[in-house]
Amino acid sequence: MTSGTRRTGLEKIMKTVLLISALASVLIVLLIFVFTLKEAMPAFREIGVWKMLSGTTWRPGNGEFGILAMIAGSGLVTLGAIIIGVPLALGTAVFLSEIAPEWIVRVVRPSIELLAGIPSVVYGLFGMVIIVPLVRMIPAPGNAGFGLLSASIVLAVMVLPTIANISEFAIRSVPRGYKEGSLALGATKWETISRVMIPAARPGIISAVVLGLGRALGETIAMIMVIGNSVILPTAMTDNPLSIFLSRARTLTGNIAVEISYATGVHESALFATGVVLFILIMLVNSSARFLLKKGAQ
Amino acid sequence: METEVTRMQAEDYSLFYGQFKALNKINIKIPANRVTAFIGPSGCGKSTFLRSFNRMNDLIPSVTTTGTVYLDGKDVGKQDVVELRRKVGMVFQRPNPFPKSIFDNVAYGPRLHGTKNKSDLAVLVEKSLRRSALWDEVKDDLQKSGMSLSGGQQQRLCIARAIAVNPEVILMDEPASALDPVATLKIEELMNELKNKYTIAIVTHNMQQAGRVSDYTAFMLTDENRSGNLIEFGATKQIFTTPSDSRTEDYISGRFG
Repeated sequence: MTSGTRRTGLEKIMKTVLLISALASVLIVLLIFVFTLKEAMPAFREIGVWKMLSGTTWRPGNGEFGILAMIAGSGLVTLGAIIIGVPLALGTAVFLSEIAPEWIVRVVRPSIELLAGIPSVVYGLFGMVIIVPLVRMIPAPGNAGFGLLSASIVLAVMVLPTIANISEFAIRSVPRGYKEGSLALGATKWETISRVMIPAARPGIISAVVLGLGRALGETIAMIMVIGNSVILPTAMTDNPLSIFLSRARTLTGNIAVEISYATGVHESALFATGVVLFILIMLVNSSARFLLKKGAQ
Repeated sequence: METEVTRMQAEDYSLFYGQFKALNKINIKIPANRVTAFIGPSGCGKSTFLRSFNRMNDLIPSVTTTGTVYLDGKDVGKQDVVELRRKVGMVFQRPNPFPKSIFDNVAYGPRLHGTKNKSDLAVLVEKSLRRSALWDEVKDDLQKSGMSLSGGQQQRLCIARAIAVNPEVILMDEPASALDPVATLKIEELMNELKNKYTIAIVTHNMQQAGRVSDYTAFMLTDENRSGNLIEFGATKQIFTTPSDSRTEDYISGRFG
């Protein structure tokens, strides 16, 4: 065998190995989806997909398996986290990329990265000890501190590193010429940032927010610890519609984690169905993000 | 030269990057409504010097300066930098339109400086695009992205953008070095027209270009400490035919650089 053919052979083997590695992740996603769906099928069949999705009561003992309250819980807590977290993260990103002197960047950036490394159960503890008592101080009837607001705040801190890091990178990647062009026209630093830099970095910022959304929807243990876990459709607790965030709630993820250890039969299957809904929700978020990204790039 | 009105001036102006002296005691008077070209080999500080007129060097934290640069007899260092840059526009080496529509590119400056009215903006955008000889090529689709234009058109868009804030001076840092010969010619013709209304200072590597477009030429060169010095400044014709410094003659005749 000449070295030429040996090298061609190796080439082919490597190609196959790489293809298999690439396919593995696709396969794993598919397998997870198929098996979760298979386990969920009895619930979907017995209860009905629509009845599950639109049902507001979840009483496994009575055979009632509506998960609308949990969908609302997950949705609202994620919304809250984005409302609190995105401005914070964007502010951090702009500060680090455009304003902070080098030595501050050297201190702040590692601490943000450290934030990303903290286990979520520790965030949960922090939430229970610090955030929940603070939220409890808001005067409203029935406000126990545990609820959507506390969970949103904790979640906002948890998604901050993801959104801040990627947004900072996106802003730093904006060509220098844009910035110089704007300043040379007599724009102030802030005008340059808000009118040129951030719009130019928008595709990157959107993908950062979406990655944060995905992380927020999937977060489990920290949510269980601060959100109260009652299966109720969140409603405003006072005349102020914003007081909906003081309501207790349960997330889709929390629903599964809290009950799976003792659930059997249809109840167990309904928890898998909850997983399927979560899965589809996250897929929807990701694909809409990709759509927005493409639109932004045009 | 004595009859010219001075628009910008440098007096014993030196510039340092940290400890390194990049410009050494430069004295020059840039006449109004003329094209002044800065020529010299790479690294002689001509771009750095050009950026001193609109204080773009402020962006580099390690830069310090001594001496003074004047616009209309007033120290630029003591002026509001935003107002200074409105009066002293700049066109860069690489065309750098914003990722916005043609209209928004030109309207960017006027909007910053307070023109909000839609019809005022439309008039201003058309006037600026006409003056930069781009109007006929883009008038049918002003909402098209500025990035979709050719390199030469992009550069003329950047000139329109600079004109739109009604500056007194336009600094051009090798404005044609990234363009093809046809586009270059268009930019050069444009400079010739623009000087009726604006004072133009241009940095160029291209000696023929300096000869073609400028009324005055400044020749810069580094000394033994690698600091940029102004060797000779005068009417372009005189610099190109009868330079008084032998180093200018060597450079012009292509003996080095």
